[in-house]
Amino acid sequence: MTTFEQVIEDLGRVEPRDAMPDDYRATLIRQIAQHAHSEIIGMQPEGAWITRAPSLRRKAILLAKVQDEAGHGLYLYAAAETLGVDRADLLDALHTGRQKYSSIFNYPSLTWADVGTIGWLVDGAAIVNQVPLCRCSYGPYARAMVRICKEESFHQRQGFESLHALSHGTPEQHAMAQDALDRWWWPALMMFGPPDSASPNSERSTAWGIKRFSNDTLRQRFVDMTVPQAAVLGLRIPDDDLAWNEERGSWDFGEVDFAELAEVVAGRGPCNAERIAHKVRADAEGAWVREAADAYAASGGAR
Amino acid sequence: MPSTRCEDGPDAGTAGAAASDRIYLLGLADDALIASHRLSEWVARAPDLEEDIALANIALDLLGQARMLLGYAGELTDPVLTEDDLAYLRPADEFRNAVLVERPNGDFAVTIVRLLLLAAYQYELYAGLRTAADARLAAIAAKSVKEVAYHRDHARLWTLRLGSGTAESRRRMETALAAEWPWFCALLGDDRADRSCRHWVAEVLGTATLELPEDRVATPSGRDGVHTPDLDAILAEMREVTAAHPGATW
Ligand SMILES: [Fe+2]
Ligand SMILES: [Fe+2]
Repeated sequence: MTTFEQVIEDLGRVEPRDAMPDDYRATLIRQIAQHAHSEIIGMQPEGAWITRAPSLRRKAILLAKVQDEAGHGLYLYAAAETLGVDRADLLDALHTGRQKYSSIFNYPSLTWADVGTIGWLVDGAAIVNQVPLCRCSYGPYARAMVRICKEESFHQRQGFESLHALSHGTPEQHAMAQDALDRWWWPALMMFGPPDSASPNSERSTAWGIKRFSNDTLRQRFVDMTVPQAAVLGLRIPDDDLAWNEERGSWDFGEVDFAELAEVVAGRGPCNAERIAHKVRADAEGAWVREAADAYAASGGAR
Repeated sequence: MPSTRCEDGPDAGTAGAAASDRIYLLGLADDALIASHRLSEWVARAPDLEEDIALANIALDLLGQARMLLGYAGELTDPVLTEDDLAYLRPADEFRNAVLVERPNGDFAVTIVRLLLLAAYQYELYAGLRTAADARLAAIAAKSVKEVAYHRDHARLWTLRLGSGTAESRRRMETALAAEWPWFCALLGDDRADRSCRHWVAEVLGTATLELPEDRVATPSGRDGVHTPDLDAILAEMREVTAAHPGATW
């Protein structure tokens, strides 16, 4: 019989029935739940633009994208449930603020350009964060990430393409695209979390094969990937310190405002209250529907 | 945009045949487009995650149908118009959708009742059109009828759950049925497809132990271009971005 430690050392996969330390289980539940919550809260800022999308083609792409995000939420809640928790309890933890979701979704989506920008930057950052998770030590999480990452790269390309149409459109469309980049750039960099010097759980997650790269490494990878794309878009990244570093073969960039990140994570971002209120309201309004479905199933009908 | 208002009837001059097909296509297209708009308002607010996905999926199917039909109708217009011309620039009184689909969402019971009625209606129409002489329309119908069969079944299952789930769900279904039924009657005539549609709905309601409402025809039906202010509100929202950037491409 292989022990947990051996599986981790051999870079193998831990499966739901395998023995695992309580802390490992708890860490995964927290991370997968937070990830699932991010997918479904993330439906709000873009979902709000479906009815206003400026062409039927863009509308179809956006509707499909937001539907994909709901699907990601579903896979991830299912992955969390393999660890012995229940989706309803996780949602309750989200609604009551005991569990978090990605800080990025606490920023408002103010114009149509935000939709393309979110696809390009937010899905782009998600990919950088998540590709390494396809090799994460917990099997169900790793497998969910493989499916999700494929769709996220699709979203990223579509977002880029949508933004490209704006940045190469009328002067007003270009200005809208630049404004969206100005607002989303720094929050996107914050998606990689606090700097390595202040990331409390990283070391243990790395030892357990949940985390493969540090926050700062992934942040740098994102910047290096994104800067040339901004050039193709003809948009300016709002960072005066951005400069190619020949020696490192990487882009130097300015200081991320981690105090702002801490505020948003603490629940004091621009839209935290609104996002949770929306979710809680939808949940309350659907309570009678879920009760009816349960009652029907209990009486022998198909759920 | 050039006016797309023209002949209302089938015998409107030399362009008669094409024009009446066009108006007919617009009716089908606009039902799908406006119903899709209303369903997409549910995104991120459905009763649970599975239903969020299902409603978005149905909205997406309907949007796809609308695009095929609008594209076709646009080609039959002189000069030729695109799907976006027809969706974003056409005056509200040239929309041919049923008023049934433009009415505000209300609660989930209203959405399910409306989906049940619309899908039952579309199912019969598309099933019949599969053998239409017009090969292009027949192909659109053959693709759409499969999608609509799923929508119809989804609405049927929810009607059963809500009809006999709890006292509250039942009360909400009764209220929704009473409110939407006259708008459904406004759509139906007495041909074979309409009778078959009615029959299917009556059977589902019977199984759900819901009473069949009494027939009453609401006006306007929407088919002749007369609508409620709810359609103006939908179009204003749909066109919020495009109206601010006339002539831009997206
Ligand atoms: Fe996602
Ligand atoms: Fe995504």
